[in-house]
Amino acid sequence: MNVMDTRATSAMLYLDGVHVSFDGFHAINNLSLTLEPGEMRAIIGPNGAGKTTMMDIITGKTKPDEGTVLFDGVTDLTRLDETRIAELGIGRKFQKPTVFESQTVQDNLLLALNVDHSVRGTLFWRGSKAESERIDKVLETIRLTEARNRLAGSLSHGQKQWLEIGMLLAQDPKLLLVDEPVAGMTDVETHLTAELLKEINKTHTVMVVEHDMTFVRELGVKVTCLHEGTVLAEGTIDQVSSNERVIEVYLGR
Amino acid sequence: MTPHMLTRSLDRSAAIFLAVVAGCGILIPLSNLLLPAGSFLQVPTYLVALWGKYVCYAILALSIDLIWGYCGILSLGHGAFFALGGYAMGMYLMRQIGTRGVYGNPILPDFMVFLNWEKLPWYWYGFDMFWFAALMVLVVPGLLAFCFGWLAFRSRVTGVYLSIITQAMTYALLLAFFRNDFGFGGNNGLTDFKDILGFNVQAEGTRAALFALSCLALIIGFLICRAIVSSKLGKVLIAVRDAESRTRFLGYRVESYKLFVFTVSACMAGVAGALYVPQVGIINPSEFAPGNSIEAVIWVAVGGRGTLVGAALGAVVVNYAKTFFTSGVLAPYWLFMLGALFILVTLLLPKGIVGTFNAWWDQSKEKRTSATSVSAAAEDGVTEPKMAE
Repeated sequence: MNVMDTRATSAMLYLDGVHVSFDGFHAINNLSLTLEPGEMRAIIGPNGAGKTTMMDIITGKTKPDEGTVLFDGVTDLTRLDETRIAELGIGRKFQKPTVFESQTVQDNLLLALNVDHSVRGTLFWRGSKAESERIDKVLETIRLTEARNRLAGSLSHGQKQWLEIGMLLAQDPKLLLVDEPVAGMTDVETHLTAELLKEINKTHTVMVVEHDMTFVRELGVKVTCLHEGTVLAEGTIDQVSSNERVIEVYLGR
Repeated sequence: MTPHMLTRSLDRSAAIFLAVVAGCGILIPLSNLLLPAGSFLQVPTYLVALWGKYVCYAILALSIDLIWGYCGILSLGHGAFFALGGYAMGMYLMRQIGTRGVYGNPILPDFMVFLNWEKLPWYWYGFDMFWFAALMVLVVPGLLAFCFGWLAFRSRVTGVYLSIITQAMTYALLLAFFRNDFGFGGNNGLTDFKDILGFNVQAEGTRAALFALSCLALIIGFLICRAIVSSKLGKVLIAVRDAESRTRFLGYRVESYKLFVFTVSACMAGVAGALYVPQVGIINPSEFAPGNSIEAVIWVAVGGRGTLVGAALGAVVVNYAKTFFTSGVLAPYWLFMLGALFILVTLLLPKGIVGTFNAWWDQSKEKRTSATSVSAAAEDGVTEPKMAE
């Protein structure tokens, strides 16, 4: 399926009947999911439920064996590579914070800005006022203004998580995929992160994968529970957490 | 703060480096030419040629540091680009011999007459003109690096696999250039040069000028590398080195960046080879030997990768040691010493000479600044003793 005249769906992200297996292990099994523009969705599920693999498929790191993955109703993501997908406007925060440790906080954000990413563009790059203003704004949002000249590798774990969220903001994508943003954070940091994501959601579509139930509850958004690579339940956190099958595979036992 | 210090210290070492190279490039040829032979300060001609060789190695080391130190591409075949640049220059020098060869053929180099070749192969056309040869010094290594890199980086060959195929590349070229019918003099290579641009290559004046030119090339190469690594592109290169897939997810076409630096680096290595050949007077297939490329990587590791200055320093230091040790009773053990040096540097001095020095300098500077801030606070009349931050 290539670019079509009309949008196949109004959804920002549309997954239908997606299958992936690694050496016979079915990581993703007939997964179907839609995300509307402007929505924030929390994805929960036990270890090995396929949450990260799903993000790998959306960002082009893994190619599905079959199924449809549409972005913005028109673009078939299964045909594109990571760079192209990032250019289209899908940003990703990894489970383990991945920042450029040997560069400063400020440079990390500079690298993330969605400006000309060509070889020539970066070789002859001259900083502009608009760019540095955007960086200042992001630094303020993620509370790292004081640390702007520090090496990213010297930040605390929670600060690295924020820096990576900040890099997403600088990238300014249409869709943000956020993998376990509060892993290893204190309660205060977790609360602040929830506030931050809610703020981001005002202007962006967001998909959050998280284990922390208090955090998911605080986000107060629609929840999808994955299990063995397929959707087990969908609804509010209360609906999902009272679902018997969810309790069976995930919360209880 | 630390990164500012880092850039400042880089600028400091860069300034010292440029001053030293420029000073050597001017003073050594002058001392060689103007002072009477045998005087205390006169640099003998054999040393000018030897140091000229080191300067060419320093350019090669710089080109390796650009890709390895900043972009994480460990090429174990960079000697191939060096040798190709050398061959391009060697072909020009061969064509300059003219009728002064053993067989006196005005067009064909001696080895072709010896092989009973009737006419010049097409790929030797144009090498009688210096500008063409000079162009080929850049184009041939650059083109090979571009094609090789295009295939390798697009297929996402990285790490040790890339190192192995670069090694295979230089070995394949070694075997090809050994063949007589390949048309580059086979085993003997190209030698017995007479003139370069009308000047006798053996003459003291020419040697001094070649030395000065090599220093100039080192300075230009250094400035180009500095411009690249201190641009935003340099930040992208470091990002690729440290977290390649993260860089991809930010929307950078990593393979284009790698291809760019790899090609620039190969062109630089080619220039180094082209300056090397007239100074040593010979180019033969042994320059393609995989061991040479590995040795060049060791220079960079010893000097400190990702510092540029360190790469050049490492090349000079290790080659000086090589000259020193291989001329004495220790000669048979040089390769063992080189291997031991590499292991020791990896274990004890992972940042290399310059990297370690920079880290030490920054640390002691930080201590000094905090010490002054404490004493300043005391002078301001702060009664409570405060911990320095």
